Amino acid sequence: MIDAADNVTPVIGLEIHVELATATKMFCRCRNHFGDPPNTNVCPVCIGMPGVLPVMNAKAVELALKVGTALNCTVAEFTKWDRKGYYYPDLPKNYQISQYDLPLSLNGWLEAPLAEGAVKKIRIRRAHLEEDAGKNVHDHPAHTGVDLNRAGVPLLEIVTEPDMNAVEEVMSLARAMHRLVRWLGASEANMQMGQMRFEPNINLHIAHGGAIHKTPIVEVKNLNSFRALERTVEYEIHRQYEAWQADPDGFRLEKMGKQNRGYDDAREQTVFQREKEEAHDYRYFPDPDLVGVVVDRPWRERIRAGIGELPLARRGRYMDGYKLTFKEADALTQDAATGDLLDSAVAAGADAKRCVNLLLGRGAAIANERGCSIAQIGITPAALAELAGMLSGGTINATAAAKVFDTVVLESGSPMVIAREQGLLAVRDGGAIEAWVDTAIAANPQAVADVQAGGKQQKKAFGFLMGQVMQLSRGTAEPGEVQRLLRSKLGIPVTD
Amino acid sequence: MNDLSNLSALELRDAIAGGTVSAVRAVDAYLEAIARREPAVGAYNEVLAERAMEQAAAIDRKRQSGRPIGPLGGLPLAIKDNLCTSYGRTTCASKMLANFQAPYTATAVARLEAAGAIVLGKTNMDEFAMGSSTENSGFRPTANPWDASRVPGGSSGGSAAAVSARLCAAALGSDTGGSIRQPAAFCGVVGMKPTYGRVSRFGLVAYGSSLDQIGPVTQNVADCALLLGAIAGGDPADSTCLDRPVGDYLIELEKPIEHLRVGLPREFFSQALDAEIASSIRLAAEVYQSLGATIVDVSLPHSRIDVDGEGKVSSYAVACYYIVAMAEASSNLARYDGVHYGHRTARDVEDIVDLYCKTREEGFGSEVKRRILLGTYALSSGYYDAYYLKALRVRRLIKNDFDAAFGHCDLLLCPVAPTTAFRLGEKTADPLTMYLEDIYTISVNLAGLPGLSLPAGLSKTGLPIGMQLIGPVFSEDRLLRAGRMYEKASGVSGLRPEMTKK
Ligand SMILES: [Zn+2]
Repeated sequence: MIDAADNVTPVIGLEIHVELATATKMFCRCRNHFGDPPNTNVCPVCIGMPGVLPVMNAKAVELALKVGTALNCTVAEFTKWDRKGYYYPDLPKNYQISQYDLPLSLNGWLEAPLAEGAVKKIRIRRAHLEEDAGKNVHDHPAHTGVDLNRAGVPLLEIVTEPDMNAVEEVMSLARAMHRLVRWLGASEANMQMGQMRFEPNINLHIAHGGAIHKTPIVEVKNLNSFRALERTVEYEIHRQYEAWQADPDGFRLEKMGKQNRGYDDAREQTVFQREKEEAHDYRYFPDPDLVGVVVDRPWRERIRAGIGELPLARRGRYMDGYKLTFKEADALTQDAATGDLLDSAVAAGADAKRCVNLLLGRGAAIANERGCSIAQIGITPAALAELAGMLSGGTINATAAAKVFDTVVLESGSPMVIAREQGLLAVRDGGAIEAWVDTAIAANPQAVADVQAGGKQQKKAFGFLMGQVMQLSRGTAEPGEVQRLLRSKLGIPVTD
Repeated sequence: MNDLSNLSALELRDAIAGGTVSAVRAVDAYLEAIARREPAVGAYNEVLAERAMEQAAAIDRKRQSGRPIGPLGGLPLAIKDNLCTSYGRTTCASKMLANFQAPYTATAVARLEAAGAIVLGKTNMDEFAMGSSTENSGFRPTANPWDASRVPGGSSGGSAAAVSARLCAAALGSDTGGSIRQPAAFCGVVGMKPTYGRVSRFGLVAYGSSLDQIGPVTQNVADCALLLGAIAGGDPADSTCLDRPVGDYLIELEKPIEHLRVGLPREFFSQALDAEIASSIRLAAEVYQSLGATIVDVSLPHSRIDVDGEGKVSSYAVACYYIVAMAEASSNLARYDGVHYGHRTARDVEDIVDLYCKTREEGFGSEVKRRILLGTYALSSGYYDAYYLKALRVRRLIKNDFDAAFGHCDLLLCPVAPTTAFRLGEKTADPLTMYLEDIYTISVNLAGLPGLSLPAGLSKTGLPIGMQLIGPVFSEDRLLRAGRMYEKASGVSGLRPEMTKK
């Protein structure tokens, strides 16, 4: 446990690696696609054969610029490629094409949402583009295999300042970043596929005895899930505090510098890694095979114009404009397309709240079943607007609307036509409703008796009879009318 | 005679196009010349006889059926062994790649073939193009056809020797610091290093990527114009290659340039230069003068060559060049690690690092290792600013000097190398002396300029002496025309060593 007398401030920064959703790799035309058989998406360029040359994929630069701009970064007018040298079997050239001193984007920030509505601005130091490495595959007892399908996939490395001071802030920023890159279409950011990976750096500033004690900065590489990130940060905060308590003079940044630790997935904690014998010297120098990239003003402006409304701004607009709750607005801004669907339906004249109820009711349920976003279940803005309009006008009630919604999703078509075909339009005609009420009363004498007896069972029995009538009407009866008729026939007060 | 070695590439091209010589006969004649003279020269690492004959037969069938055979139709050419071909091997004269078969063909070679040329074989070189004598070949040295006890120069020594000994109609080489021009001078042939970005580097195994260019090695200037026209031009596979129109370098070749201003860079005529070569260059200047040119004294201060009291030679350009080239080489050659292709040690290894070390220890020769070590050092943190960054600044100053000089003249005339061909083994003991072979050629690579090396004449001992013409970027046409002016006026053209006359 952390001693309250020690004022402990965790200081946490994140490196976030994001594989960009381009059709082809960063410097060749191989497919950028996860999950194919090993070494099928490879060519002489991405396996580093002699004499071949890289050719830049402009689409990757475009996506990276989009993210940089959305992160409020200064986008470089001129950027270049550098070689980062190190030997590893999954790096075929034994150097990685990266960006050293002139990254694409510098000095931005992203808001990490905290409690409802509150945010913390986390500064972004830089975001640069590089090629991903392949993968060593350990599926053979005597050999290590190398799969180079991933080698050369465009990778955006986003580096924050160490501005986060709690695990909640780290998770909020990570989630905001995940939502942002997906929102922009820059990455699928599927973490199981390694499309988004985290490398937190963590230490503690401990106010103790009138001085600030800083623990060694620990960097943990390659975390592939939110859970791993969360556990790592939590674990490190406690581990470092305990290590400092055990040795307050020795366990200090000034004495031990930076350390790398690994993450043990099974034990959900970080583990000691053998210190490298020497500090890495990557021998960066400008890649002579590539020319610099000039990002001129028209390009920058085109990128900016293409970004549109970002998730947090949209969430605020939904809360203010559509009067949605934080939860509703948040659920509708997980991806850009779902909000776009809502906005289009509203633009077509529908009532926002009714649309939201449809989307977060059956829409969210279907999306959940299918494991997709609400926008992807396949309802058009026009159909959504029409159905919401029918609800507002009383042409259909909520129960029947849910059925129509399901049919629209399955078969598409006009909600009005479907409701009419299936006999789901609201019935206000007193004669028809009265017939259903009479049938229900005749069929359920016990419930009738319970209602008329008053007491504890009355409310429940009345609800049961209401349900029976609605069922008989297949959800089309106007509930107010049903209630009025039931009460009058059972001889209980019309007003409750 | 069956030997067609009296024909230049251009003449042979015309003979094949006109039907007086078949492509099959042309290839056959060169294969016969190879059988006769190659054992004494050792220009080739691999002769692709069967494939060449098939290609020749295909060209002949094409011609017979009235289809165009291309501007190089039927010409048997030799290709330096660092240019990838999807047939045969591409070894870079290194044990590391002794059995390497590329799955692709270099753009420059593909363009020659698309123009109808036939690849006769791959030529010997200094390993990975690192050297000035072809003695650094991982296989064996190549002899100079003018004197078998002498080197052909390097690193494109095999290509220059093959053209000189008429073991091919023409050849391609690569030039990082003089690797086409110096062997051309040593072997009495013509060689051009084009402007950086004029010829695609795709498929050229990289040594110093910011300096490397592919260029022709030919019997005379017209052949050089013919080949350059075929290989030049933009290539989407090489971002550093400029997509700039390529003219027909032959069209105006015979037309002398009027009011030509020939600059003599005074720094290049220091004590370091052999007296006989110095006087050949001055004689060449007089030839230009006699053709109406003005001779201008110009200065390239940052390319100057200093000789101290003890006769030790030093040069900014050489220092700058070796830092840049070695730094790039240390990175370019990192990929040869035994993991994916090429040589892998057969010895037991403890781990991956041990595999790297043993493989590279066995696969690379000592000059390659020396350059990797020096380049790695120059890029290391703490040394980067003092070496690599400073070298880049010097490079800029060297380039500025040339720009200033071209304000006063149209082209520069200067030596190619400080001496004529030296003896095998003469300079292998001292790498630094060998590095000074490039003293007049490397500034051109550092500045990205085109340079043409052509024979100025023969020395008293009967060895070829080269002269170099240097122009502003993309002035290849000017250099070729000026070179042709000299050939015509001096009568020095198509020099042939004795061995080709037997
Ligand atoms: Zn590829």
